[in-house]
Amino acid sequence: MKVIEITDYCKRYDGVAAVEGVTLKVEYGELFGLIGPDGAGKTTLLRAICTLLTPDEGKILVMGKDVTQSIMDIRSLVGYMPQRFSLYQDLSVEQNLRFFADLFGVTEGKRERRLLQLFEFSRLAPFKKRKAGELSGGMKQKLSLSCALIHTPEILVLDEPTYGVDPISRQEFWEILRSIQKEKTTILVSTAYMDEADLCDRVALMHQGKITMVGTPEKIKASFHYHLYRLEGKDVRFLRDFFQKLPSVRSTQLFGDTVHVSFCKKPALSDWKNWQRDSRGNLKRWASQPPSMEDVFMESTEKER
Amino acid sequence: MPEISVKTENLVRNFGSFVAVNQVNIEVYQKEIFGFLGANGAGKTTMIRMLCGLLKPSSGKATVGGLDVYRQSEQIKRSIGYMSQKFSLYEDLTVEENINFYGGIYDLNQKRIQKKRDEIFFSLGMGDYARTLTYDLPLGFKQRLALGCALLHDPRILFLDEPTSGVDPKARRDFWEIIHQTVALGTTIFVTTHFMEEAEYCHRVFIMDAGKIIALDTPTKLKNRYKKKSMQEVFVTLVEKQQEKKTNPMPDSNDKMS
Ligand SMILES: Nc1ncnc2c1ncn2[C@@H]1O[C@H](COP(=O)(O)OP(=O)(O)OP(=O)(O)O)[C@@H](O)[C@H]1O
Ligand SMILES: [Mg+2]
Repeated sequence: MKVIEITDYCKRYDGVAAVEGVTLKVEYGELFGLIGPDGAGKTTLLRAICTLLTPDEGKILVMGKDVTQSIMDIRSLVGYMPQRFSLYQDLSVEQNLRFFADLFGVTEGKRERRLLQLFEFSRLAPFKKRKAGELSGGMKQKLSLSCALIHTPEILVLDEPTYGVDPISRQEFWEILRSIQKEKTTILVSTAYMDEADLCDRVALMHQGKITMVGTPEKIKASFHYHLYRLEGKDVRFLRDFFQKLPSVRSTQLFGDTVHVSFCKKPALSDWKNWQRDSRGNLKRWASQPPSMEDVFMESTEKER
Repeated sequence: MPEISVKTENLVRNFGSFVAVNQVNIEVYQKEIFGFLGANGAGKTTMIRMLCGLLKPSSGKATVGGLDVYRQSEQIKRSIGYMSQKFSLYEDLTVEENINFYGGIYDLNQKRIQKKRDEIFFSLGMGDYARTLTYDLPLGFKQRLALGCALLHDPRILFLDEPTSGVDPKARRDFWEIIHQTVALGTTIFVTTHFMEEAEYCHRVFIMDAGKIIALDTPTKLKNRYKKKSMQEVFVTLVEKQQEKKTNPMPDSNDKMS
């Protein structure tokens, strides 16, 4: 069964399309990622699925029901965590969690098990009594996430859940998502982190209101049709600028202390020798590199420029 | 000896009985990109707020650009640039109006503001957005505008608290390009991030856990010392080691929530 079925959806604001002609299906039990740059229309699409927007064109069905008609039915199926989820700043960490557990009608037994798991990810247990308003930015985000994950809805929709969350908690958060998925929940998540896109069953790449690619991360990475190399050297910024100017180069990106260069045509060994000389010894090592989601993402946004 | 731009000695900040920043000693040099890493709640924002003259330390010493954080906090506020973790521009003003507004706060004259505005439009690529409401900007551009406003008065030291959180990979790279250009002009940059590949772009990084320094060095030296390929691995290893050290990290996690 299709849990979410979107057909030719359009949404405009003051005549400008935020989402344009999107068609997408999310399967039962899937962990589906929506990735794309800021302003690509991810939030608009997620809000539409959650019955919070009416379409200008097209149709969205959730569990076979139309989002413009079965609003209450759909809201009881979907757990939604918006980008700016509001906590009760004057309540403690523990009180916020309890409040949301009550609100979602979570049973006693389930609640304790889930809380343990959530505290493990959030590392907020030592701060149970602290007011939400006195937490650090990332701790607040983790508490919001914990409140959203305290129940197990049929469908979970999360808009940039890991905003400002540190790398260790981010890993643990994705493990929780996996375990929630095992309870037969379908999960739709948007993210700006490309390593997270890799953890989804399938992803859709969104750009300027449209979906440019859909598939498993493997399939999307396989669609990259340039020759990607990872370069190391003395001064990576110098290297980047040097390769950027070559006609056979499609694009260059800094990746930490390395440079990723994609070539339209596979360079020969003699080319590398020449570049080593011409870059005044700045080029130390090069190796062919399988593309990551980030490479594909950068490439797909580059195209439109 | 390079000129010292920020210096702390046994800097401490408590909130009630909780120690958020615990005996921190650092020296940051002029024209340095100083990266500041740590898990959520490590104390990064607290530390930055003390250095920006916005929060009084509980004890210890700190100077910023030679100014004392206890006695000269007003001068510090005027001489540094600060981009807070929480977006702080007025969302219901246009880009241009925000620049004018912040220019006013820093007491810049009309001519200066005009010049700066052109610079922001040009070098930060914001010209197309001059009359756009800040609310409607894509996040990457909001962050650029915030950076532009923090630089209006040509500060010698710039504090950036998670400037790239939630920003997509392309916009993040563009942002770091601007950071590098700013440093090249002589500014010191103190920046926090949760993107470990951005740590690689810093001259030195400082890792904090539960208010204490657990590492401070260049990315290359840290990777060599801990025999790791990336800063991501260095960070995860170091911070997890700390978590294990804490004998009983969750004293009452088994309690029933009544
Ligand atoms: N006003 C306050 N009252 C009580 N505790 C506070 C207050 N402000 C901060 N804290 C606590 O100090 C600690 C450090 O917070 P800080 O905001 O400096 O963390 P951070 O390193 O910036 O984290 P993040 O990565 O999440 O932004 C946290 O445990 C936080 O709850
Ligand atoms: Mg912070």
